[in-house]
Amino acid sequence: MSVNSTVLEKKLKKKASLTDTNLLLIITVVVFLVMYILAVVFLKKGFTKPQMFFNILNENASLLVLSCGMTLVMITGGIDISVGQVTSLVCMSCAVYLQKVNDAGLTGNQYVIKSMLLAVAIGLAFGIVQGFLVAYMEFQPFIVTLAGLFFAKGMTTIVSSDRIPVTFDPFVKLCRTEVTIPFLGSVNKKGIFIPAYVEVGVIAALAIVVILFCVLKWTKLGRNFYAVGGNNQSANMLGINVKLTKFLAHVLCGLMAGIGGYLFFLHACSGSPLHAQGAEMNAIASSIIGGTLLSGGVGNIVGTLFGVLSLSTIKNIVTSLGLEDAWWTNITVGVMLCIFLLVQSVILARKNNKK
Amino acid sequence: MTSDTMKSNNPSFAIKLKNFLGKLVKNQLFIPIVALLLLVLINLIADPTFFKIVLEPSSTGHLILSGNLITIIDNASELAILAIGMTLVTSASGGQDISVGATIAIAGSVILRVIKVQPTDISNGRFAAMLILAFVLCVVVSAIFGAFNGALVAYFNIQPMVATLILFTAGRSIAAWINNNDNISIKDTRFAYYGNFIPGIAIPTPVFITAICLIVIALVLKFTNLRLYSQAVGINASSSRLNGINPKMIKLLTFIILGVCVAVCGFIKVSRTSSITYSVIANNIEMDAILAVALGGNALSGGKFNITSSVIGAYVIQFLTTTLYKFKVSSSAISAYKAVVVILLIIISAPIVRRWFEDMKNKREAARVAKIATAANTESGKENV
Amino acid sequence: MKDGAVLEMRGICKYFPGVRALEKVDFTLREGEIHALMGENGAGKSTLIKVLTGVYPKDGGTVVLSDKQINIKSPQDAQNNGIATVYQEITLCPNLTVAENMYIGRTKGPLTDWGKMNRSAGKLLDDLGIPVSPKEQLGNCSIAVQQMVAIARAVDMDCKVLILDEPTSSLDEQEVQKLFKLMRDLKAKGVGIIFVTHFLEQVYEVCDRITVLRDGTLVGEYVIQDLPRVKLVSKMLGKDFDDMAEIKSSDEEEKIDYNGTPVYQANNLTGTTGIKPFDFEIHKGEVNGFTGLLGSGRSESVRAIFGADRVTGGTIKMDGKTVKIRKPLDAMKNGISYLPEDRKLDGIVGDLSVRDNIILALQVMKGFFKPFSKAQAEKFADDYIKLLNIKTASQDTPIKSLSGGNQQKVILARWLLADPVYLILDEPTRGIDVGTKVEIQKLVLKLAAEGKSITFISSEIDEMIRTCSRLVVMRDGKVVGELKGADLNQNKIMATIAGGESK
Repeated sequence: MSVNSTVLEKKLKKKASLTDTNLLLIITVVVFLVMYILAVVFLKKGFTKPQMFFNILNENASLLVLSCGMTLVMITGGIDISVGQVTSLVCMSCAVYLQKVNDAGLTGNQYVIKSMLLAVAIGLAFGIVQGFLVAYMEFQPFIVTLAGLFFAKGMTTIVSSDRIPVTFDPFVKLCRTEVTIPFLGSVNKKGIFIPAYVEVGVIAALAIVVILFCVLKWTKLGRNFYAVGGNNQSANMLGINVKLTKFLAHVLCGLMAGIGGYLFFLHACSGSPLHAQGAEMNAIASSIIGGTLLSGGVGNIVGTLFGVLSLSTIKNIVTSLGLEDAWWTNITVGVMLCIFLLVQSVILARKNNKK
Repeated sequence: MTSDTMKSNNPSFAIKLKNFLGKLVKNQLFIPIVALLLLVLINLIADPTFFKIVLEPSSTGHLILSGNLITIIDNASELAILAIGMTLVTSASGGQDISVGATIAIAGSVILRVIKVQPTDISNGRFAAMLILAFVLCVVVSAIFGAFNGALVAYFNIQPMVATLILFTAGRSIAAWINNNDNISIKDTRFAYYGNFIPGIAIPTPVFITAICLIVIALVLKFTNLRLYSQAVGINASSSRLNGINPKMIKLLTFIILGVCVAVCGFIKVSRTSSITYSVIANNIEMDAILAVALGGNALSGGKFNITSSVIGAYVIQFLTTTLYKFKVSSSAISAYKAVVVILLIIISAPIVRRWFEDMKNKREAARVAKIATAANTESGKENV
Repeated sequence: MKDGAVLEMRGICKYFPGVRALEKVDFTLREGEIHALMGENGAGKSTLIKVLTGVYPKDGGTVVLSDKQINIKSPQDAQNNGIATVYQEITLCPNLTVAENMYIGRTKGPLTDWGKMNRSAGKLLDDLGIPVSPKEQLGNCSIAVQQMVAIARAVDMDCKVLILDEPTSSLDEQEVQKLFKLMRDLKAKGVGIIFVTHFLEQVYEVCDRITVLRDGTLVGEYVIQDLPRVKLVSKMLGKDFDDMAEIKSSDEEEKIDYNGTPVYQANNLTGTTGIKPFDFEIHKGEVNGFTGLLGSGRSESVRAIFGADRVTGGTIKMDGKTVKIRKPLDAMKNGISYLPEDRKLDGIVGDLSVRDNIILALQVMKGFFKPFSKAQAEKFADDYIKLLNIKTASQDTPIKSLSGGNQQKVILARWLLADPVYLILDEPTRGIDVGTKVEIQKLVLKLAAEGKSITFISSEIDEMIRTCSRLVVMRDGKVVGELKGADLNQNKIMATIAGGESK
C-alpha cells in the first residue's frame, strides 16, 4: 500500500524545532534584557552604574545558589521547600560556632574553613535524609521537605533564638573582602574613579552556576535528571536508575542549601532565626521565571541565573520608582510571576496544539 | 477468583475479628483517630488533670468554660475550616493552595477596613448590619482571589502550588495595601465576640462557627454531586469531560469554596485580637492545613477524599501543639517536633510500606498455590509438550 | 539447556493480589530465531515480558541466559545482560531529543558527547529510514516516529535477546515492512527475537516458532509450519470457536427504514482535529461502522459527533430537528452516548467504585444539584452488573482493579444506563478477551434490534463485517466511500481503504 507516501514526505523535513527548555530560556533572557535596558534608559538613577548590577549579585549570591539547587530538584519533578530554613539553620550554627571559637580567644583561618565544612555537612545531611525518604521510600517530596522545613526551623531556635553577630576576626575579614572588577566602575562627584566590586560570595556562586550548568548539559547524571523528570516510568524502562537519580538530585539540592546558607552567612555576617525567611519561595519563583517547569523535565541553570536577576531587578526598579512602601515590591514580584506563568502556559499550550 | 476459593467456608470468630480489624486499619479515619487517641493517652499519663474543664468567670465577668480541651477545640477552628476547602481543592486539582495564609490576611484586612470607620457607640442593629456588610464583602473578595487561583489552575493548566505562589508572595502586601499599612485596633467589644465569647454563652464562638461550616459542607455534599464530580475530575479529568462534566468549572469551584473558607477564617482571626499584623496573621497556616489533609489520609495527588478525616487531622495538629506547650516546649521549637510527627505519619501511610505488606501476602499466597498445584500437577501437567 | 537456546525461562510464576498472572510458565528462545508469543489479552504475555525485563519481580521460577542463571532486578539489569525491549506503550522521555532517547541509560563514562551522539543517531535514523532529525525534541514527533525511535534504540543495542511487545500497532504498512527487514537482519546475526503481536498475518510472515499462553499458563510451543492459523486461534481461545461466525445469523437489517427521518444527521461537520467537513446520518435500529487505517480520522469523526473535541462548524439534526452539539453534555442530553477509544485515558475513572462509574453519565445528565440516593444508585449498579455479567467483587470495588473486559463492560453499562437513542462505540472490543468480545458484539445487535442506532468501530474488519450493515470508509481525514449490502466484504473494504493506488 502506498497510501501514506504523502504523509511520509511531510515527515521528511528534518529541521529540529526548539526544545521546550530552550524556548523558555530565550523568553527569560529577552525579558530580563528588555527590563534592564528600559530601566537604564528611563530610570537612569543607579541603573547606569555597573555597581548597581553587581549589587544585585552581591545581595543575591545566596539566592542564586539556592535557586540552582531548586532547579535541579524541579527538573527531576520534585520540590524542596526546606532550603530557606536550612539556610537559616546554617547561618545560626556557623555563627554560634565561630563565636564560641572567638570567645575561647582562638584565631586562625582553619576555623573559618571548619565553619564552611559545618555548613556543607548540614546541607548534605538534609539532602541525604530527604533524598532517601523521597527516592527510596517514595514519599511525596512536598511533605518530606515540609517536615525538613519544620525540623530546620525548630533546630535553628534550639541552637539559639537570638540574633548572633559574628565578631570572629578572620571571618569578618572574609566578609568584607571585595573583589574589584577591572575596567568597570563609575566616576563620582569629585571625579574620582570608583571601581565596581563584588563580594567573594558572588565568585563562589557564579562558579557553582558554571559547574551545575556543565553537570546538567554534559554529564550523564545531568541528562538523567531531565529523563526522570520527563517521564519517570520511561526513564526506568530506558535503564536509568530512577531512585538513585532522584536521591542525588535531593542530595545536590541539600548541598546547595548548605553552600547557599554559607553565602548568606558571609553576606549577613550573623546568624538569626529570621534569616532567609521565605527564601524557598523566592528560589522557586526564580526557577519558574527562569523557565523551569514544576512538572519536571524542563529547565536550565542559565535560565535560573536570569530568573534571579529578573526578580531582583524588578525589586530595584520598584524601589527606584519611589514606591518606597514595602508592599509594592512583593506585589510587583507577584504580578511578574503571574505574567511569566501565563506566558509559559500559553506558549506551551499553543505549541502542543500545533502538533 | 483464587481469593474466593481460598476463603474458608466457615469463618471462625478469630477470622471475623481479623477481617474486622483489617477493615478498621484500612479505613481512612484510622490514622487520625489513632493519633488523637495516642495524644489523649500521653496527656492523661503525664497529667491526669489535663482534661479538666471548669466553668469560671472570665475577665469580662461572664461565666465561660476553660480548660485545655476547650483551648484546643477553640484554637483549631480556623485550621478545621481551612481543611474543608483544602481537601476539596486537593481532590479536584491534585495540588494544594499555599496562599491561604496570605489570603486570610487579605480577608481580615477587608473586614477591618469596613469596621474601622464606625464609631463605637452605634446601636446593636446598625453594628450588626455593618458586620454583615463587612463579612459579605470579605467573602466576595476572598472568593475572587480564590477564583483567581482557580482560573490559573483550571484554565491555564498551571500547577496549584505554583499558581498560588503568586498570592503567597503578594497576598500579605495586598492586605497591607488595603489598609494603607495602618495598625488598626477595633475598640468596639462587640467585634471581639466572634473570635472569643458571646456574653452569656460559655463556649467559644469559633466552635459554633466551625460547626456551622461543617454542617453546611455536609449538606452541600449530601444535596449536590460535588463529591462525585470533584473526585472524578481529580482522578481522570479527560474521562470526566467525556461524561459531560466540565473539569475546569469544578476546579474553579473548589478554589472558590476554599476562598469562602478563607474568608471565614480571616473573620475569626481578626475578631480574636480585634487587630491585624499583616506579616504575622495566620503565618504558616497553609502548611498546617496541607498537613491536616495529609494526616487525614487523603492522597495529596488528588482523587478520593474524606473531609471528616481532614478535620480530625486539623484537631490532631492543634492537640499536638497544645500538648507540646504543656510539656514546656518553646513555641519556636515546636516545629521541630511537628517534623517528627510528619515523618512518622508519612511512614505509616506510605505506599511502599503498604506494598511490603502486599508483597508478603502475595508470597504467602504463591506458596499456597504452589502447594495445591503440585498436588494436582500429576494429571494436568501432561498437556505441555 | 536445549540446543542453541539463548534464553530459557522455567516455571515462572507471578501473582497479583487475587490474580494468578503466570503459573509455571516455560519459555525457550533459540539463537537466531523470531519467536512469537501469542495469547489473548490477559493470557500473561505482557506479564511474562515484564518479568523478563525486570519491571516486575518474579514470584517463582528460573531464568537462564546464555547458560548462566540470572536474576533480573531492574530494566537496567536486563539491558546490561543483553536484553533489549520495545514496549507496547511508548517508554521514552518526551522532553529529551531523539538522539538522547536513543542513547540515554546505555552509554559508558560519566559524560555525554553530544556531537558523537547526534552523529551516530543521525546515521542510524538514516539507515532505518526514520524521517526525523536527531536533535528534534521527541515530544514534537508523531507517535509512529516515536515508536520507530524506540525500535532504533533497541536494535542498536548489542543485544542477545530483542523483545518487541506489539511494536506495530501504530505503524503503517511501509514502516512494518522496514521493521520486518530489520528483524530478519538481526536474526541473521544470531539475535533471538521475541515478537508479541495480535496481527496473525504478521506472525506468519516473520516468525519461526510460536509459544501460546492462555490464562497465565503455557499451552505449548510450536514450530510455525506445524500450526496453521485456525489451530493457533483455537489454542489461544482454548476451544474450537465457531461462535463468532454465528453472531449475525439472521440478516434482518432489511427492516431498517432508510427513507424515514434519520435519528442523527450531520452536514459539513468540522472539528479542530484535522478531519475534513463530512456528512453523516444514521437511522433507527441501524448499526454502522467507521473504518480506515489508524489516523485516518475515524475516531476523530465520531468524537466530533459527540462534541468531544472542539467542533467548529456544521449543522446537526436529530429526528429532523436542528440541535446544537458543542460539548459532550449537549450530545448526552440529545441522547447520544460515546464509549471512547482509549479506555484507560478517557473511559474509566480508576479510583472510583464500579457503582460510581456506572451511574456517572446519567448522574451528570440529571444535574449537579440532584444526586441519586444511595439506594437508587445501588439498584442501577446491581441491575447492570447482572445484565452485562460484570465480574466484580462488589459494587464498591475500584474499577481499576477489574480486568480489561470487565472495565469495558462497566463503561458500556454507564452508557446503556443513560438510555441513548444513538450509541457510539469506538473500539469497544480492543484489548479484551474473546469471550467478552463476542458478548459485546451480540449486545450491539440486540440493542439495534430494540431500535437503538449504533456506530461501531473496530480495527478488526471481520468484526465490523459481522456487526455492521453499513460502513463509512475514511482516509486521510476524508470520507472516501460508503459500503453496504453485498459490498461488505473483506476485499472490497480493503480496496476502498487503500484507495485508487492499490488494487
